[in-house]
Amino acid sequence: MQPTDTKNPDYYHKVVDCQWGCPAHTDVPGYIRHIAQGEYTQAYLLNRESNVFPGILGRVCDRPCEPACRRVRVDEEPVAICRLKRVAGDLKGDYKAYLPSAPSQKNGKKIAIIGAGCASLTVANDLLPLGYEMDVFESLPEMGGLIRSNIPKFRLPPEVIDEEFDAIVEQGISLHLNHRIESMTNLLAEYYDAVLVGTGAPKGRELDLPGRYDTEQIHIGIAWLESVAFGHIDEVGEKVLIIGGGNTAMDCCRTALRVGGRDVKVIYRGERHAMKSSDWELEPALEENVDLVLCHSPEEYIVEDGKLVGMRFSVMEYSVDDDGKKQSKKVDEVIIPCDTVILAIGQENSFPWIERDLGIDFDQWEVPVVDPVTYESTRQGIFFAGDAAFGPKNIIEAVEQGHQAAISIHKHCNNESLTDRLPHGMNLVTAKMGIHEWSYSNDFGYDQRHEVPTVPMEKRFKNIHIEVELGYESGQFKKEVERCLNCDIQTDFVASLCIECDACIDICPVNCLTITENDEESAIRKKIKTPAENYDQDIFVSKDLPQTGRVMVKDEDICIHCGLCAERCPTAAWDMKKFTLKVPYASNEAFDATKKNKQAV
Amino acid sequence: MSYIKKPKIYGDKFTKNKLGMTFTDYEGAMSTLCAGCGHDSITGAIIQTVFDLDIPPHRMIKMSGIGCSSKTPAYFANQSHGFNSVHGRMPAVATGANAANRELFCIGVSGDGDTLSIGMGQFSHAVRRNVNMLYVIENNGVYGLTKGQFSASADVGSTAKKGAANKHVPIDPCQIAITLGATFVARSFSGDKDQLIPLLKAGLMHKGFAVVDVISPCVTFNDHEGSTKSYMSTRESKREAVYTDYIPPFKEIEISYEEGSTIEVDLHDGGKVILRKSDDSYSPQSRGDSIKNIRSATERGELLTGLLYIDESQHDFTDTENLIDAPLNSVDHQILCPGKKSLKNLLDSYR
Ligand SMILES: Cc1cc2nc3c(=O)[nH]c(=O)nc-3n(C[C@H](O)[C@H](O)[C@H](O)COP(=O)(O)OP(=O)(O)OC[C@H]3O[C@@H](n4cnc5c(N)ncnc54)[C@H](O)[C@@H]3O)c2cc1C
Ligand SMILES: Cc1ncc(C[n+]2csc(CCOP(=O)(O)OP(=O)(O)O)c2C)c(N)n1
Ligand code: SF4
Ligand code: SF4
Ligand code: SF4
Ligand SMILES: [Mg+2]
Repeated sequence: MQPTDTKNPDYYHKVVDCQWGCPAHTDVPGYIRHIAQGEYTQAYLLNRESNVFPGILGRVCDRPCEPACRRVRVDEEPVAICRLKRVAGDLKGDYKAYLPSAPSQKNGKKIAIIGAGCASLTVANDLLPLGYEMDVFESLPEMGGLIRSNIPKFRLPPEVIDEEFDAIVEQGISLHLNHRIESMTNLLAEYYDAVLVGTGAPKGRELDLPGRYDTEQIHIGIAWLESVAFGHIDEVGEKVLIIGGGNTAMDCCRTALRVGGRDVKVIYRGERHAMKSSDWELEPALEENVDLVLCHSPEEYIVEDGKLVGMRFSVMEYSVDDDGKKQSKKVDEVIIPCDTVILAIGQENSFPWIERDLGIDFDQWEVPVVDPVTYESTRQGIFFAGDAAFGPKNIIEAVEQGHQAAISIHKHCNNESLTDRLPHGMNLVTAKMGIHEWSYSNDFGYDQRHEVPTVPMEKRFKNIHIEVELGYESGQFKKEVERCLNCDIQTDFVASLCIECDACIDICPVNCLTITENDEESAIRKKIKTPAENYDQDIFVSKDLPQTGRVMVKDEDICIHCGLCAERCPTAAWDMKKFTLKVPYASNEAFDATKKNKQAV
Repeated sequence: MSYIKKPKIYGDKFTKNKLGMTFTDYEGAMSTLCAGCGHDSITGAIIQTVFDLDIPPHRMIKMSGIGCSSKTPAYFANQSHGFNSVHGRMPAVATGANAANRELFCIGVSGDGDTLSIGMGQFSHAVRRNVNMLYVIENNGVYGLTKGQFSASADVGSTAKKGAANKHVPIDPCQIAITLGATFVARSFSGDKDQLIPLLKAGLMHKGFAVVDVISPCVTFNDHEGSTKSYMSTRESKREAVYTDYIPPFKEIEISYEEGSTIEVDLHDGGKVILRKSDDSYSPQSRGDSIKNIRSATERGELLTGLLYIDESQHDFTDTENLIDAPLNSVDHQILCPGKKSLKNLLDSYR
């Protein structure tokens, strides 16, 4: 194998599994260490740099980082990354003074931002320090998008949304609430240097079965949640059926319990493993006594005199045939009585207000054609981000898309090429503080994940405002932070220093190192004492070692970053180094351009 | 030494041996040796050896004397028995232990100082008695523990850290052992586990005294230029005379060797030692050949490694002395200690 190029920022970035898994590349171990040190404001700011809304995300993030977390390779459960983020949000001090402020001297460019969800406000956040003037148009009376209108208050209190959205708006953008954009043509007639469409995927899917329009007791999930959020609906029937198996279904059923539902069932047509809801959304629903009915495929709404009385389902059985193809078979038919049905079977984009003659192309499913790198539509200067761009995803994806769209908007306004973007960079600094001292706590110990305390069941349902999760107490999070393996403290190897004494190999508690003759990757992977069978994770291969010409090999997969290899190495060929990923934002692009201009002069 | 203790990590990824034990289960206390010491690497090789051989920890004894090397039994198999004796006196204690319980696997770890200086007499007698044990000499050419004085294995002209050259002729434990009638003599290097581990396995399964002289650089006092026992110079002078593999009982030989190029030696446990010579004229089953070869290599400035001599046909100490098979702790007290009357009868029989 060729020696590993550790100068490519992707190599060490990939080792930080959570950061690699996070669409916005949040420096997770970095903020966890801040929390461990009691530096909550720094922890918050470090988060905010990449994910903009730490308080919100610390409660409701989809957290792709957690399934990726290294901890699960040696322990049962991942680090509670998301809930530690909430700790930073809850305990931070005054952080606003540390935010880059918007210059009073504007740069003369004006941007229209449609929608005031997280994607839009990320764009605003990134462009503010660069002196842009921005008009934000939002059809609803409040900012936040689905975060406000659909994520129920018992999961995310409105004050948290207010605080984090206000922190951006306060810096000086013109916010126009209750102002729905009805025509793109009209908007373009006014002078804007660029337009961002951050309008989300606002249309809930319909389930058009017999009886659908014979009653008023059938609701579309996301519209119903919005009505509850804005107080237009404050009650529901007693027997409620939620149709669907995703996270929206979970929010609908738990909301129904808080506005009068007594017997609430979530009905899904497939088996449990096919459900899209996350475990951490389904489990609280089951805990709250929601019935989960699987393998029931809806057939008909049963309506008598305009009154919904039940719903008819085919009971399905699924199997896999000899060719591995999935087969389904109807085995029975049942009627489940109910007085309300809430449909939570998906959402879609919808752009009735964008005229189709503007050069903004849509595909056959009415989804706009958007460049996946620049987020530009087929019309120059018009950008899409968040759910509006590629359909419904989640908050952290929307934020990352916002960052990228902001870079494009800045480049567009400065006549720079949109595709000529700064690459990721990195910084690597030794973590050594003394002979046996590191700037991180490297001692590994088994410790179970600490569960976040919740409001007792009998107190939960009084009203929708009672936040169920209480957040960690200090004794708990101080232990939870110690579960983090500090994956950003990298084992960095200098081949020329190695005397091949084997000390690192012998001390490694997971036996992930070896010195061997160079060979093909599959052969090398087998030579490590704990064979490196996970090909999703890289192996490190050094340059030829000076004494024998063999190579040092390390399987990144199961390393626990204990630093013992570096501690035992007599020549410091191994060192533990803190890796910092440098993610470029719009302001970095601007700084880089100024530097280049200066050099040109 | 490390500040944190090596953590014990469990999981499905880590292989288990026939006893259901992982490699980690055979580890010991945290090493307090200098980082990079060859002795730690040998500890690693010993752990691998007993893990691979499925040795039940309660049936193993670890014996040592004094020195950095002699400290190492604390760093492996912490579930096994051990005895850390006075400087150079480990062979006597090991002989006693052997006599008391011949069912135990005995691993002695010693240094070049512990064996060839103060313990030379003890070592010689354990060899000639063919005590059933694996005797590992962690040979670094110095007294590491007492800060790097030349030991009896230092080569003429090899320099100490501050530059003074050694003037006295070195003692080669392998030549001495062959001369004294040893039945298993090998040499290896701490930095070559591929060679070392099969030798340790064969040595432990050999019935009789198995000495393995392992060059084990002292990074702190003897790893500089001018030393003949540094990592660098050992790698330069080392030549494998006989490649050795150990095949456990009931296991097929997986690698196919060219006809006539190998010698198979059957061990008492049912396992086999496969020897592959790199030099045809040399037989590791002839004492004379062996010594001649080691000597001529030394004259060429080479360090001959591998299994240098083996003789599986000799009786070990307990057989020669016709000792009982049962461990003494399982023998009834009445038989072990038959009382005053029996003593009197015995004494009377000499009158
Ligand atoms: C029930 C439910 C629960 C969810 N739970 C989670 C969760 O726990 N975690 C998670 O990460 N994600 C969750 N999501 C997904 C997440 O909310 C979205 O992916 C995210 O909010 C998308 O952000 P956005 O900025 O792209 O769009 P949105 O949040 O949809 O914001 C778009 C905004 O644009 C406004 N708008 C639309 N059209 C116009 C117009 N023509 N003129 C002016 N304004 C307009 C809308 O009113 C809205 O305020 C959930 C979604 C739903 C439906
Ligand atoms: C009876 C006695 N004499 C002298 C000493 C001092 N002493 C301690 S260790 C040692 C030499 C150890 O050398 P070696 O066996 O080569 O071990 P190393 O430390 O090199 O591994 C000596 C002379 C002692 N402990 N006891
Ligand atoms: S152990 Fe810490 S740094 Fe590593 S993946 Fe998990 S949270 Fe991230
Ligand atoms: S830090 Fe070093 S010793 Fe620790 S697990 Fe990783 S490779 Fe092994
Ligand atoms: S002094 Fe030498 S022999 Fe002793 S521990 Fe240190 S390196 Fe090893
Ligand atoms: Mg010594």
